[in-house]
Amino acid sequence: MSFSIAVQTQDFDIGHEYAELVAGDTAAGAVVFFVGRVRDMNHARDVKSMSLEHYPGMTENILQNILDEANSRWELIAAHIVHRVGELQVGDQIVFVGVTSAHREHAFQAAEFLMDFLKTQAPFWKKELTTQGSVWVEENVKDVDASKRW
Amino acid sequence: MIRVLFLAQLREQLGAAELQVVAEDVVSIATLKQYLVAGHPHWEQFLSNSKLLVAVNHQYAKADVALKTGDEVAFFPPVTGG
Repeated sequence: MSFSIAVQTQDFDIGHEYAELVAGDTAAGAVVFFVGRVRDMNHARDVKSMSLEHYPGMTENILQNILDEANSRWELIAAHIVHRVGELQVGDQIVFVGVTSAHREHAFQAAEFLMDFLKTQAPFWKKELTTQGSVWVEENVKDVDASKRW
Repeated sequence: MIRVLFLAQLREQLGAAELQVVAEDVVSIATLKQYLVAGHPHWEQFLSNSKLLVAVNHQYAKADVALKTGDEVAFFPPVTGG
């Protein structure tokens, strides 16, 4: 899987993802990956669990567009995005972005780009179950600003 | 027919997940919104939110995009994944 995406309810294993990213490849001198997790606190709210909704069909389109864009901007060998949906608990893994390249600057930048665009473009929505009831997560202005630098 | 979807918080605000609209009744995203509000006046405050996003056939779309029968239109709030 050089360039692939997955939207799934089940958890992912970092060791497995890493092995898949570099399988049969000796040109990739740099591997960067990012994992996003469910935090126990958000805007001073005590988060107990989270429900992640998405728009099937469009989600896959957008993630594929973002991967294609990253591949056109940097010299990448492989890239993989995994995003979970459904019910998640505090501490659970939400998202995995892994990128390989011959050199680290391409891998680092592409991974940041992928996360910035995933956060502002891909149709996922988080609803937190907190000690004060359930709350839809609001758009984060910092994420929007981060995506504008590319 | 045009399939219209309301996702995430918007679905809860409107109390509706999906409806069908006859294609001749609307020509663009903007007229579709007017059509929806005409039928459900209390939806106006939510559908007029300038942050609301729209997709036609799984791609982001602007208000002047022309609609045709068979299209799938989705309205949803800013995304919060990752």
